[in-house]
Amino acid sequence: MSKTLFDKVWDTHVIRKIEGGPDVLFIDRHLVHEVTSPVAFLGLKTRGIKVLYPGRTFATADHNTPTINQHLPVADPLSANQLQALEQNSKEYGISYWGLGHQKNGIVHVIGPEYGITQPGATIVCGDSHTSTHGAFGAIAFGIGTSEVEMVLATQCIMQPKPKKMRISINGKLGFGVTPKDVALYIISKLSTSGATGYFVEYAGEVFENMSMEGRMTVCNMSIEMGARGGMIAPDDTTINYVKGREFTPKGEAWDKALAYYKTLKTDPDAVFDKEFTFDGADIEPMITYGTNPGMGMGISNDIPDAAHVEGGAATYEKSLHYMGFSEGEHMLGKKVDFVFVGSCTNGRIEDFRAFTSLVKGKHKADDVTVWLVPGSHIVESQIKEEGLLDILTEAGFSLRQPGCSACLAMNDDKIPAGKYAVSTSNRNFEGRQGPGARTMLASPLVAAAAAITGRVTDPRTLIEELV
Amino acid sequence: MTKKIGEIKNNKMAYDKFNILRSTAVPLPIENVDTDQLIPARFLKATERIGFGDNLFRDWRYNADNTPKKDFVLNNPIYGGKILVGGKNFGSGSSREHAAWAVYDYGFRCVVSSFFADIFKNNCLNIGVLPVQVSPEFSEKLFAAIHADPKTEIEVNLPAQTITILSTGEKETFEISPYKKDNMLNGFDDIDYLQSIKGEIEEFAANLPL
Repeated sequence: MSKTLFDKVWDTHVIRKIEGGPDVLFIDRHLVHEVTSPVAFLGLKTRGIKVLYPGRTFATADHNTPTINQHLPVADPLSANQLQALEQNSKEYGISYWGLGHQKNGIVHVIGPEYGITQPGATIVCGDSHTSTHGAFGAIAFGIGTSEVEMVLATQCIMQPKPKKMRISINGKLGFGVTPKDVALYIISKLSTSGATGYFVEYAGEVFENMSMEGRMTVCNMSIEMGARGGMIAPDDTTINYVKGREFTPKGEAWDKALAYYKTLKTDPDAVFDKEFTFDGADIEPMITYGTNPGMGMGISNDIPDAAHVEGGAATYEKSLHYMGFSEGEHMLGKKVDFVFVGSCTNGRIEDFRAFTSLVKGKHKADDVTVWLVPGSHIVESQIKEEGLLDILTEAGFSLRQPGCSACLAMNDDKIPAGKYAVSTSNRNFEGRQGPGARTMLASPLVAAAAAITGRVTDPRTLIEELV
Repeated sequence: MTKKIGEIKNNKMAYDKFNILRSTAVPLPIENVDTDQLIPARFLKATERIGFGDNLFRDWRYNADNTPKKDFVLNNPIYGGKILVGGKNFGSGSSREHAAWAVYDYGFRCVVSSFFADIFKNNCLNIGVLPVQVSPEFSEKLFAAIHADPKTEIEVNLPAQTITILSTGEKETFEISPYKKDNMLNGFDDIDYLQSIKGEIEEFAANLPL
């Protein structure tokens, strides 16, 4: 029977099917961070059981860590306690722990691929909804709750009904100044924040085939923002070239075997999806959000829609615009920007900093804008330095912070103050997401760069003649 | 390889059993209630599952100076009960189970919506909060009945899979997988079940393609 890419990976990992219930799914790789794991470890202690496969489990600290002065003790006692708990738990249960100060420390969804923990055809979970990122490699990767973290620690399995399948195809070419982040925000604006709930998405078509691994990760990362559990892209030469030779990637004979397996990971020509969407790459503009969920996005040169033209209740829509201090029909271009945040598991990779730097090169940061540039990992940080990007950034009035989730979710000190406007390359513009009262506009690193230079929402295409 | 639920006999009770719940309800007719509203990230620093109810809807419930916001429904004494009725796409966003813990710890045992975000719904089921998905029409009826009379009692009957507005008798059935239903009725969770098939898991792991 014809199968989709998702079917192939899922079915390979099903241990049992329970009638009228979930499948028992084997998990190849379990990523663990400090926020969603302590109660799971507590559960193991209470039950008196061990981690079944410590070698399949990888722990890092990212959500709660500071992004300056990482050599100093963590000042906030609650954060310090949570970090210490993960270190202690990792030691007790024999799990490798890449904590603050460790050379491999960084955002869990950035370092997983960098070290080859993420592999095509694998099942990967983490107590974090943006685990969908790893789907870029043709893996089934999704976020789980803490009860499930405990379940995977204890048994390397979770119990889930098989989701429905959706394919989103985008053909054609992306326009000048249009990045993978714009592709993600465009799709979500079309499907809404709940349009893919209950589905696992496969992204297909020319636009994704031509996309780098970093770009594919950005798109798959945002799958959860339209309600999908995850999104995936069939592995190809781009994937294999990225994966090959990394620390946890199979070597020698095991690599040859892996390669043969990776090549089977594609949707059969006549396989059927429960739902399909097709878009044209040429229709996508640089995007920006104007509301309080990632589905409230539009082309940057458009006007904020009227309540009558959006799906859902007018009351919810008005509440959202009121929070943002925006009105129906207004332009987004020209709106004041107080903060710019470049980073997160969505856009904290080298390609994102290359894009940002390409626009700000030879220009200068606007005086009244605070800009936080936060690499996703030490590898990204090193690349920024080695490629000479840091020199260009410094010249333009910017500085670099240290790796971590930072202002994406405002668990550490990197919070946008109440009432202030931030252009952020992260993934959520929910009320208070970046700090109580903070107003977030999600966009690409290029739109962030344009805002950092002008202090306003600005179309990056008007600021640069030649883009990378 | 399909197994029947009846074979799952060795679970221990992990959380409260859920059978028939009769209670007044708290209405929150807002769409896309996300997990950052249910519990903002700055309250996720605990290492134990305690006290999350105090910060449920923190920024909708309290001003910056910690005084209650009078217009928010949880601060309105005329509404109360163990059932929370929310708008469409309830629980979107993060995988933080803390959102479900906050709902539970505040005192809710059931959340009703015309549409749930996937991970939140799953998290609720895993900790013994029953997510009840109703039609948009029934959701409107619920909001209308509660607003007309905050003392209106709602009955959520898990064995029969029905939700009833007791004052009017209006009733709707809801879906739940037989497996999860069995877990909720008995207060079971998945871990003991998975522990019981450990041998099968280890054998499977040894024979994976990679």
